[in-house]
Amino acid sequence: MPAATLTAARSLAATPAHARTIGSVEGRRAFAFKEVGKRFGDKIVLDGISLDVRAGQFLAVIGKSGCGKSTLLRLLAGLDRPSSGSLTFSGDDGHSRTRFMFQEPRLLPWMSVVRNVEIGLTGIAGGTQARQRALAMLDEVGLADRADEWPSVLSGGQKQRVALARALVGQPQILALDEPLGALDALTRIEMQQLLERIWLDQKFTAVLVTHDVGEAVALADRVVVIGAGRIALDLDVPVARPRRHGSAELAHIEGAILDHLFSRV
Amino acid sequence: MSLAARVARNGAAGWLLPAAIIAGWEAAARAGLIPANVLPAPSAVAEAFWRLTLSGELVRNIGVSTLRALSGFAVGGSIGFALGLANGLSQLSRGLTDTTLQMIRNIPHLALIPLVILWFGIDEEAKLFLVALGVFFPIYVNTLLGIQGVDPQLVEMGRVYGLDRRALFFRVILPGALPSIFVGLRYALGIMWLTLIVAETISASSGLGYMAMQAREFLLIDVVVLSILIYALLGKLADSLARLLERLSLGWHPAFQKG
Repeated sequence: MPAATLTAARSLAATPAHARTIGSVEGRRAFAFKEVGKRFGDKIVLDGISLDVRAGQFLAVIGKSGCGKSTLLRLLAGLDRPSSGSLTFSGDDGHSRTRFMFQEPRLLPWMSVVRNVEIGLTGIAGGTQARQRALAMLDEVGLADRADEWPSVLSGGQKQRVALARALVGQPQILALDEPLGALDALTRIEMQQLLERIWLDQKFTAVLVTHDVGEAVALADRVVVIGAGRIALDLDVPVARPRRHGSAELAHIEGAILDHLFSRV
Repeated sequence: MSLAARVARNGAAGWLLPAAIIAGWEAAARAGLIPANVLPAPSAVAEAFWRLTLSGELVRNIGVSTLRALSGFAVGGSIGFALGLANGLSQLSRGLTDTTLQMIRNIPHLALIPLVILWFGIDEEAKLFLVALGVFFPIYVNTLLGIQGVDPQLVEMGRVYGLDRRALFFRVILPGALPSIFVGLRYALGIMWLTLIVAETISASSGLGYMAMQAREFLLIDVVVLSILIYALLGKLADSLARLLERLSLGWHPAFQKG
């Protein structure tokens, strides 16, 4: 769609100097926050966030609990509306091409695994076509053989893989992840990170991962944004080649720098 | 697996105790320990059963009672279910009606019998009204409770994934409320028989309760005991049907996946 690209290119030129545009030169923009603020009553949660994210980028948003990072994600997914500022998407389908993955799997216990994945195709496909796409996506996350079982017999990591399949089966342009691996044990978590990275490399969606785990953020993301007191406190590229090895010195160095930042300036 | 464990798994164990009680009862009656004018022997009850079956009286009375029970259940149950859904889904509806319903709920519905007889006489309407009223509350309360107890996180998930109101109701809210609705259903079935027995005993010209009262007049104690046993069997039958329905529709529930 050349028209949308053109719009994106034009608004890119008008982006204020303080908004990040590094890396967006060659790619099309996925979405942009422009001076976005969010208040709940008197409480200011987000205070003028400007963020420009290139299509296909893997962005991690970190911050202490209550810093507003989840709110940022809910605004992106259209679950909340900004109190001030604006949010623009490339193309005009905006929120509808954004999928949300929750901290909990949130599978419907009364539907089989494959029918749960089909929920992700609501309004996109139905009938046998939906089932085939859901099965293909389950295969992708390594659970094709569990398609007809109830969610209650799956382990926590498997449930979250089903939730990932449900989020991705509709081929979203943007995937919003709200600490989806937070409740998993350390080994399952690393497995899930690798799965997520593999599928992301394969499908090239824009990923926005909210996490409190700095190690996870630098292991997965191209770019890490730290939110503090409702503002962007740090915006850092992670120029490390993939596949990345857990615990490599390069990642540890970046992780250390972010942690220093988090704990020195609050 | 031992024989005892297998019998217990098949549910046959539940029938061992009633069978033993009947055998002991028969033996005691034959030995003259229980006078026949207090409690007739099971064989005498079986004889009464056969006699009334041949005359067609028993089948007719069971038919009449079952029809009353089911029609009362259908009326009260569907109103209770509908109001439970409405009040579970709509704040406005709950605000308007819930207080009133909770007040009425605290009146024992059998206390209304004198009033009901004044209103309807001893016709079918009286029985239907009482059964419907008795069945209404367990269904209403548990439907409401079930809907209010649906996990809001699942509802939010449904919204985020673009389910419309209809799909949200049929795929998320109703299945989530179903376990609680079944609790209400089983309660209601118990109350259904209880109410009917009382209503038929007090005022009726047909049905099982009427049969028992007639038999009392003529000192046919075997028929009285037979009626009571049939009530027990009908109650058990209704409960088994509800359980079957529950197992069929709650297959996903961890509680129903074993055995």
